[in-house]
Amino acid sequence: MQNITRKHFIRLVPALAVALLAACSSTPDSSDLASVDATGTSGVPKLSAAALAKLRDPNSPLSKRSVYFDYDQYDVKPEYKNQLQAHAKFIASEPNARVLVQGNTDDRGSREYNLALGQRRADAVKKQLVLMGAPESQIESVSLGKEKPKALGDNEAAWTENRRADMLYNGEY
Amino acid sequence: MTSMKMLANLSRNARRLLAALSLVTLVASPALAQLNIEVVGAGMQRIPVAVPNFGGDEGLGREIAAVVRSDLTSTGLFNLVNTDGIVAEENSAVDFAAWRSRGADALATATAARPGGQIEVRVRVADIVKRGSLGNTVVTVPGNNARLAGHKVADFIYQKLTGQPGYFSSRIAYVLKQGNGPSAQFQLIVADADGQNPVAVFKYNQPIISPAWSPDGSKLAYVSFEKSKPVIFEQTLKTGARRAVASFRGSNSAPAWSPDGSRLVVALSREGGTQLYSISLASGQATRITNTSGIDTEPAFSPDGQWIYFTSDRGGSPQIYKMPAGGGGAQRVSFDGNYNVTARPSPDGRTLAFITRRDGGFRVATLDLATRQVTVLTDSQRDESPTFSPNGQMILYATILGGRGVLAAVSADGQIRQRLSAVNGDAREPAWGPNR
Repeated sequence: MQNITRKHFIRLVPALAVALLAACSSTPDSSDLASVDATGTSGVPKLSAAALAKLRDPNSPLSKRSVYFDYDQYDVKPEYKNQLQAHAKFIASEPNARVLVQGNTDDRGSREYNLALGQRRADAVKKQLVLMGAPESQIESVSLGKEKPKALGDNEAAWTENRRADMLYNGEY
Repeated sequence: MTSMKMLANLSRNARRLLAALSLVTLVASPALAQLNIEVVGAGMQRIPVAVPNFGGDEGLGREIAAVVRSDLTSTGLFNLVNTDGIVAEENSAVDFAAWRSRGADALATATAARPGGQIEVRVRVADIVKRGSLGNTVVTVPGNNARLAGHKVADFIYQKLTGQPGYFSSRIAYVLKQGNGPSAQFQLIVADADGQNPVAVFKYNQPIISPAWSPDGSKLAYVSFEKSKPVIFEQTLKTGARRAVASFRGSNSAPAWSPDGSRLVVALSREGGTQLYSISLASGQATRITNTSGIDTEPAFSPDGQWIYFTSDRGGSPQIYKMPAGGGGAQRVSFDGNYNVTARPSPDGRTLAFITRRDGGFRVATLDLATRQVTVLTDSQRDESPTFSPNGQMILYATILGGRGVLAAVSADGQIRQRLSAVNGDAREPAWGPNR
């Protein structure tokens, strides 16, 4: 392996301060580029008021929605057993419940590879819920990778906070 | 001096000279500027070239000539000789001795006109040292796009002087993130290769990643999180028409176009894990092409369409593999280190650009597929998303500088460095499109 970067080290200069246009709409030279907006999000069935009240009860384990993972780890730790069992029971008892499990990673490395690592965390949570009796069809596991960090910063505290999967119910996504 | 001889001189100089710090800053039409190219390192002796103002429609000619000079300077391969506002038509007699005394090895003369709703530039390149012509051509672009005309003229001059096709008429796509947390805004930007003419072709308050150009440059595929999860969209740039091409249960990401434009290979989690699928754009049918219990993602086609390079952790750490485009046995391609990802083949198929983790830093590297020689090209900490220029000479990538996301470029031989600075936001996820 040849590393040419040392001997060719080049000092970087301060960035030019050039003001951005606040909105980059079309310019005369770019009339062949159209700007568009996002489409709306798709709907999910509604939960009953009673079911929503259970989810929002701060004294219920259902109010705990996050599962944290160790560095480079993708297995659900035993300490989450009670929390996930409560959710599995709730999901099984509420046929209209829809759960989106979003996996997250810290911000080091490739975006797409991190997306796959976050997927592995979401899949692990979903697998636990299904093993505990929740119908698979009511749970979708997806990944946000490193794209939506809950904690910002280049430090262990932020990385720890972001190695996480969150459970979102009807109307929360 | 012939073009090949100039190229030979460049190579020899490249071998001989270690970088004396040289610095050129370009600023063009700041009112529209979003990214500006700074050449922050050029190790080789540059070809002195003169580009006097163009004749014909002299106002138009001045505008186009400025774009040409800016393009040529941005490469780090050329020194632009002072032309003192001289106007020279394409077919004007060349005073070789006078240009030689100004230090020029080459001269480009041109005549610009606006016949019938288009711009036409006749251009000629002369070898001042050998006192002969290196060639001439006529560039036409529809409408009033003087910058595109300039980029195409610069492509021609670059080819005559280096023997390689130019890349100035290409476009880049990238994502600009502004703000943090719930107030973050994401824009998918398409700009000229020099960062000018930025247009937000899509914007939303959720992340956008992994833009990929269709081979003909008419469309972008990208991943949007607008539906609370990653979904792959395809957008036609001219009309803005967009449709979800992979919105399966689970995550949908990492689109890669087949060279014929008929298929997207993508990473889906619809069956659990992250695996590669090939989607026919005509039928929408997705066929699974990897079958492992690990992660398979970040596909990229070889230019001949025969192979797919991808990232997999099947061996325990993320490494680059290749397999036949329709699926089948995979071979490991990367071996040095325990984190090698995001393989992107060069246009000639001989080299991979990729990201390697060395000493805790994520860096741009190349792998010569014939010799297996790995060359680490950067010494930064957070490089991502390398993408080759259409001629394979430059690699554009994203990195973090002073806490801010910026785009940077390094020549494939590591000699030349550029930075494209965005001031108001984080630039990331570059993708270099084809020439126009």
